[in-house]
Amino acid sequence: MPFLEHLSPTQQFLLFSTLKIVAAIFLVLLPMVAYSVLAERKISAFIQDRVGPNRVGPFGIWQPLADGLKSFVKEDFTPDHVRKVYFWLAPALSLIPAFLTVAVIPFGSFLGKQKMVIADLNVGILYTFGIVSLGVYGIVLAGYAANSKYPFLGGIRSSAQMISYEIAMGMSVIPVFMLVGDLNLSQVINYQSGGAWLVFKQPVSFFIFLVAAFAETNRLPFDLPESETELVGGYHTEYSSMKFALFFMAEYANMITSSAMMVTLFFGGWTLPFGGLDQPASTLTGGLLHIGIFLGKIVALMGVFIWVRWMLPRFRYDQLMDLGWRRFIPVALANILATAVVLWLQGAK
Amino acid sequence: MQDALFYLFAALTLLCGLMVVVNPLSRNPVTSAMFLVLAIVSMAGLFVLLHAFFLAAVQILVYAGAVMVLFLFVVMLLDLKEEARRKIKVFGIATGLVSVGAFAAVMVASIVGTHPGKGLIPQGEGTTPVLGKILFTQYLLPFEILSVLLLVAMVGAILLSKKDLK
Repeated sequence: MPFLEHLSPTQQFLLFSTLKIVAAIFLVLLPMVAYSVLAERKISAFIQDRVGPNRVGPFGIWQPLADGLKSFVKEDFTPDHVRKVYFWLAPALSLIPAFLTVAVIPFGSFLGKQKMVIADLNVGILYTFGIVSLGVYGIVLAGYAANSKYPFLGGIRSSAQMISYEIAMGMSVIPVFMLVGDLNLSQVINYQSGGAWLVFKQPVSFFIFLVAAFAETNRLPFDLPESETELVGGYHTEYSSMKFALFFMAEYANMITSSAMMVTLFFGGWTLPFGGLDQPASTLTGGLLHIGIFLGKIVALMGVFIWVRWMLPRFRYDQLMDLGWRRFIPVALANILATAVVLWLQGAK
Repeated sequence: MQDALFYLFAALTLLCGLMVVVNPLSRNPVTSAMFLVLAIVSMAGLFVLLHAFFLAAVQILVYAGAVMVLFLFVVMLLDLKEEARRKIKVFGIATGLVSVGAFAAVMVASIVGTHPGKGLIPQGEGTTPVLGKILFTQYLLPFEILSVLLLVAMVGAILLSKKDLK
């Protein structure tokens, strides 16, 4: 493309970064959010021996569009007793962190000359954890803004739950980075090329990370912040129409980004251990294939998220805390120690 | 670009810091806490401009993501109604400004004293491994003492929160 050569490196960088951001959010993440809601409804229907949405289009495939339209045209009702500023702020604050996490995830190798990651930070994983930890504000402020007891209880529960499980989650990935020796997520994928997926080397890490991801995204069996039977609907009780839909979208966007993190950390990212697919792509088709592999792995993990939701009953709150603090954190610490000892013994040889 | 970003983040940090203590629109403690979060995040932006990426990430992770959430937690549970009704007092602002001025004077004097840009060689900026190596070799003792200090604080907090000591 000739016009590209007239641009300075800074302009090219800005152009391609904008393109990548727009493509990743609007062409990949948001449609995936919409269709994972449909997948959730279909799979839950299958598990409970129902039909599920099947009216809008063949097999109900236009259902997400209908749902989205409905959210927009419904009356946006603001109850009288809420704290207005926070009531408006909270849905945005829950959705933005979910989008920001995408920035450091390498979703492919190369497309042309462009590296398929928006920002190749050398502290990638710390950035992710920082942004994820900001996600709690959306829920806490939603609970506070509602100014009534059930949403408030939901908000308080979620802040305690998310802080607790963040610790377990952070500790669970330390062994991964001890093995890789770098916090950069592209390096993590390089380390795993050739089939040395870290899920085989660090199964304990993966398990803790997976369970903590359920707790962080407020999914069943840990959806205590919204548990309908005791809290009416939790932190989003007072919300309706598009504001409610934003919370809903944030939950699914968080599931997708945490699946993407798991794919990157434990399942080799965009690589597959055969057919030369673990080397950075030199052709356009190869690059697209890598993106496809990455998305395919995410879809598989999303399936696990949805499947678990309809299979397990909800935990009690004390069981949740007990599991986080008295089981996972000691196990994660022991895992770090064991990995350190193994690495030390290997180094001593 | 860099300069513009520096002034943007510096202004944001100062403005948000000011709004934490003297917010003319709202005396709600939760609003103050949220402005403190903003101040912390803009400070992380300043760290990024200094190429201290690790520090920036940890700043957001620890302070904005964990410490401030717990603050918010406590503020919400205590329900500080009379705090919200309290007006801004002239005496409070005056003493505050005096102490800030004194602190700023000390800071400026010490910064000018080190001849900025000439004296100290930057250490541990950029990559995390470099920072880790410095922390575990050159600054091992202060690092360990700090961790013991945190441990003492933790044990103290648990001890204080226990109702009956056996």
